[in-house]
Amino acid sequence: MDTTARRNGANERPLASTARLTLSGISKSFPGVRALHDVGLSLYPGEVTALVGENGAGKSTLVKIMTGIYQPDSGTIAVDGKPVTLPSAHAAFAHGITAIHQETVLFDDLSVAENIFLGHAPRTRLGFIDWAMMRANAHEVLTTMQAGHIDPDSRLKDLGIANKHLVAVARAMSIDAQIVTMDEPTAALSMKEIEELFLLIEFLKSQGKAILFISHKFDEIFRIADRYTVFRDGEKVGEGLLSETNQNELVKAMVGRSIDHIFPQRTVSIGEPVLAIEGLSHPTEFDDIGFKLHKGEVLGFYGLVGAGRSEVMQAITGITRTSRGTISLEGAEIAPRSAADAIEAGIVYVPEERGKQGVVIGLPIFQNVSLPSLKRTGKSGLLRLAEEFTLARTYTQRLDLRASSLSQDVGTLSGGNQQKVVIAKWLATQPKVIILDEPTKGIDIGSKAAVHGFMGELVTEGLSVIMVSSELPEILGMSDRVVVMREGRIAAVYDNKELDAETLVRAAAGIAA
Amino acid sequence: MSDTPTPRRIPDRLDKPLKSAVFSWEALLVVVAVAIFIANSLASPYFLDPWSLSDLTFNFTEKAIVALAMALLIIAGEIDLSVAAIIALASTLMGMAVQVGVGTPGLVLIGIAVGLACGAFNGLLVTRLGLPSIVVTIGTMTLYRGIAFIILGDQAYKGYPSSFAFFGQGYVWWVVSFEVTLFLVAAAIYWALLHRTSFGRRIFAIGNNPVAAQFSGVRVGRTKFILFCLTGLMSGVAAILITSRLGSTRPSIAQGYELEIITMVVLGGVNILGGAGSIPGVVIAAFIMGLVTFGLGLLNVPGIVMSIFVGLLLIVVIALPIVWRRLRREKLA
Repeated sequence: MDTTARRNGANERPLASTARLTLSGISKSFPGVRALHDVGLSLYPGEVTALVGENGAGKSTLVKIMTGIYQPDSGTIAVDGKPVTLPSAHAAFAHGITAIHQETVLFDDLSVAENIFLGHAPRTRLGFIDWAMMRANAHEVLTTMQAGHIDPDSRLKDLGIANKHLVAVARAMSIDAQIVTMDEPTAALSMKEIEELFLLIEFLKSQGKAILFISHKFDEIFRIADRYTVFRDGEKVGEGLLSETNQNELVKAMVGRSIDHIFPQRTVSIGEPVLAIEGLSHPTEFDDIGFKLHKGEVLGFYGLVGAGRSEVMQAITGITRTSRGTISLEGAEIAPRSAADAIEAGIVYVPEERGKQGVVIGLPIFQNVSLPSLKRTGKSGLLRLAEEFTLARTYTQRLDLRASSLSQDVGTLSGGNQQKVVIAKWLATQPKVIILDEPTKGIDIGSKAAVHGFMGELVTEGLSVIMVSSELPEILGMSDRVVVMREGRIAAVYDNKELDAETLVRAAAGIAA
Repeated sequence: MSDTPTPRRIPDRLDKPLKSAVFSWEALLVVVAVAIFIANSLASPYFLDPWSLSDLTFNFTEKAIVALAMALLIIAGEIDLSVAAIIALASTLMGMAVQVGVGTPGLVLIGIAVGLACGAFNGLLVTRLGLPSIVVTIGTMTLYRGIAFIILGDQAYKGYPSSFAFFGQGYVWWVVSFEVTLFLVAAAIYWALLHRTSFGRRIFAIGNNPVAAQFSGVRVGRTKFILFCLTGLMSGVAAILITSRLGSTRPSIAQGYELEIITMVVLGGVNILGGAGSIPGVVIAAFIMGLVTFGLGLLNVPGIVMSIFVGLLLIVVIALPIVWRRLRREKLA
């Protein structure tokens, strides 16, 4: 994968020379941690600047400084060349700096117009909200964005996610924001929604907004961004124009080493079926699911968000109930009624929502790893700490966990390292089948490579892996076979030989070839 | 935040600086306990007498016995407000049994069985129906005490057998009462249960993140159910001790105990939101509460002032860690 096809006009338009927002010499420390050291960043009108770096490199800290949530220990911030201070989120807002997050800033139970004008609604002479004016203004803003189809009176919760993005952008437009930051805006979006988001970004560019775009996905960065800045361990290690670099150089700058092939080559002979699912159904989420998983196989599950993949996996592991169907493990039918039953049988599920379902923040690393294996590390109900430490060390070191000690609260780790703890936790149960749900979502490229490499090791050891993923390179790079789900049913099953991304996307979207 | 560069071998733990042990909540509690002890001995010449110190323990051991189980329940993210009502109901049913001539072993059995049954009922409502425990136990608090009132009216049960008096009035050795002995033994058992068993570890996991705990194969509902049963059981035990000590059952028995029990638990460093706490902390907190009430008693402070004190203490110990964390965060930002 080299520099991906670029479609936008980065090279056709002359680049702006004066920055709208300039941060320079910014340093920020937290007790015991130096988050940022003497970093700088410039955002230019009408341009997208991509901020790249591994998890824990300091990207989010910088965004929080830009939006007035954190105060820098030293350094200056200038808007249009004039030095400013941003003591609060409100101050940043007043300087035209706004952030578009995934879900957080909008209110589901308010109307579109209310969401757009919350906090700066037009008033009548008596000081009441001028609803007619607000609706009209909302419609006007949406129309200029070619989003006139959105009714200003409809509740936000009735809109799809792409339209919610439009409303968020309309809000930014309505306050005349000049600087827009987007922190991993595509993390939870499907392909089609990402396309729509990119159209919006193009629109914002055409309006002369300066945009900061944070993403772990290089194809997106090369497609949408004009400039890049690379952070590593709290320092700026590179910046420039994307047209003058390529993916390998960026990765090298990010990780301080080159990652030659992200996906491990493996030669595993696929064995007998281990897990057989037949006619598995759920009243609302999925219907008539059947497939076989073989020993030593990586079975990819692809589909759009909401296709029912996670729900199927949670049913197989006893977390949700099924209405019909059978699950057989090594020829014997099982009916797990809880995660505990599934773990005992030898099937484990590494959930998608790391923070909510994966890690127990508040407990140290070693206690997170040993939690499902306490029967084995302990003796007649009593804890044996030495065994727990050994277990935790064995599995976390295989995943190249970075931590200062195993007694550290797992909440102090970066996202990628938390994910390693979660995966270590499941492997420590010595399962026969491991189901990984979006195992590399939102984690940095170094951690991704560690997770992928480890999956390769697992199958050579005779484990069978189901990998639910919405990232095509990952599905194509890791799977032996790919199951595509659509609207709660299995749409297609492919052998991963000369399989291409287009086939999968079509199957997932239900478009005939 | 960010991660320290990898040492290939991750150490089990870093050497804890002495500072963190000295400034732990438990250490602070010990200092407070010693200070109140000294203040009491200065305030009254009778305080340092061994028998007077022995009397002091009767002030808190009954509540502290319930606080041990309550600590586990609160760490798991639940709460039981019906404990005092369970004590009242268990005591009332024991009193009824006395009227038909049940002997001491039978009474003990009834106390424990009623406690266990009430705890199990709470547990079923919370885990099976998925109701919040604070609502469920406010309901059962009124329910259990209501049943006791209906049975008892404004009467009092008396006439407990003389052998029954040992639990609340007897001494194991010299000034060491049966009550305080039972409390210390129970504390040792609960300490081991919480800090040394897999069951205890799962309680912490549930309190910090019940969803992740469930995904990790912890049987969350079952664990919580057991904790409600234990709390009920300990309330039953407390009912035996109180009834034995007083030698009678009145409808107002153990009125307001739930507040003092929860105050003990929270003062002992258990996070009211769940996920953190220790048994040694609760034990020291129990002694502090006993010392304070006894000291106020020595000074002839009326009971109503004491309940004001307990109310204020509860607010302060709940607010303190939250305000402390907020101040630290502001310093960070």
